Amino acid sequence: MEWSDNGIVLSARKHGETSLIVSLLTECHGRHAGLVRGGAGRRNRGLFEPGNLVRAQWRARLPDHLGTYTCELTRSVAADLMRDRLKLSGLSAVCAVTDAALSEREPHQALYQGLLILLDAFADDHLWPTIYVRWELGLLQELGFSLDLSACAATGKTDGLAYVSPKSGKAVSETAAAPYKDVLLPLPAFLLDSSRTGSPGDIHKALKMTGYFLNRHAFAPTSGHIPEARNRLMERFKTSTS
Amino acid sequence: MVSEDIERLITLLAKLPGLGPRSARRAALNLIKRKETLMQPLAKAMADAAAATKSCSTCGNLDTRDPCKLCHDPRRDDTIICVVEDVADLWALERTSAFRGRYHVLGGTLSALDGVNPQDLKIPELVQRVHAGGVKEVILATNATVDGQTTAHYIADRLEPLGVTVSGLAHGVPVGGELDYLDDGTLSAALKARGPV
Repeated sequence: MEWSDNGIVLSARKHGETSLIVSLLTECHGRHAGLVRGGAGRRNRGLFEPGNLVRAQWRARLPDHLGTYTCELTRSVAADLMRDRLKLSGLSAVCAVTDAALSEREPHQALYQGLLILLDAFADDHLWPTIYVRWELGLLQELGFSLDLSACAATGKTDGLAYVSPKSGKAVSETAAAPYKDVLLPLPAFLLDSSRTGSPGDIHKALKMTGYFLNRHAFAPTSGHIPEARNRLMERFKTSTS
Repeated sequence: MVSEDIERLITLLAKLPGLGPRSARRAALNLIKRKETLMQPLAKAMADAAAATKSCSTCGNLDTRDPCKLCHDPRRDDTIICVVEDVADLWALERTSAFRGRYHVLGGTLSALDGVNPQDLKIPELVQRVHAGGVKEVILATNATVDGQTTAHYIADRLEPLGVTVSGLAHGVPVGGELDYLDDGTLSAALKARGPV
């Protein structure tokens, strides 16, 4: 068995003294792990940092085997973000969430492309948090738990949408939500208009909302919990608004 | 082929970094051949070190006394603390003789993968040291990895309200490094951190 693909490094765990078990989100083979011999050595230092783009070649005797990777760096993303605490939190969070939420070896080309867009968006200080939230909505959609933000779940109206039902994942208008405000999740307006970007306060609200659904659908069923890196990202947006 | 005791020695030696079963066998044979001159002094040195070594309650360094030699040295600058991930990093910095302040060993980095959270590291102890007063600058000498820098940013956030200067190590071209052989990330970091010549 052998294939070559483009990949994004999600995580790397040391295996023995010199090898790594690397998890990549590949374009055509989904989240896929493999052993990198000598990956922890001096020559490969900096290659297997989360968010880096690589050209990977995977080899194994049987398809079920862990297999070995040979990787070549195509773009170093992590190094550019290391000095920026908010962006580095974003990068850590997106890699940790992807690594924890996706099943292995199931192709998710849309998510891969979305992640590439997010990595490019890190160059724009104002844009990337909005793209991050949209990427999480895309992740929920890929996992089969798409949120319906097009119309009010109670009235069917498309204007005045301000909340999301935690039960159905559908939008609820301000008027219909009035008696249930306490149990509904606030829906930031920037998510209803693709041309708008969110303020730090809006991003925090949006992360709270997507986090609720990610936890319920992606992490809780596998007796896991939302990665700590994502909690730290939310905390950063919370402190930047206070 | 060999007795149980020797086999046990080989098994234990093979657990050391850099040694596999074959090299452990060679090391064991070498030790046995030089019993008086090497094996017995080594065994004594190891037993002494095992009995006396402890973690410094102030900085986390390994030494035979608490506080350690570095924390005890009155010639070192009390106003600067250098924060490192591991004792090995502390020893690496000490080899340079370029830093004459105090140290603080975290005992690792925040890691989503390994489930290492702030409470698993010696961050509260660091905040307490700074809070106790007398510290003007904290140098965050964590590794230039995503986990290392995430930890540095987290500590910087915690120290911000205490009013101390928080700095980090520079990232860039190593001494003797040729640009042609450097990875993109290091080159990019070096360009961003360029200075006047």
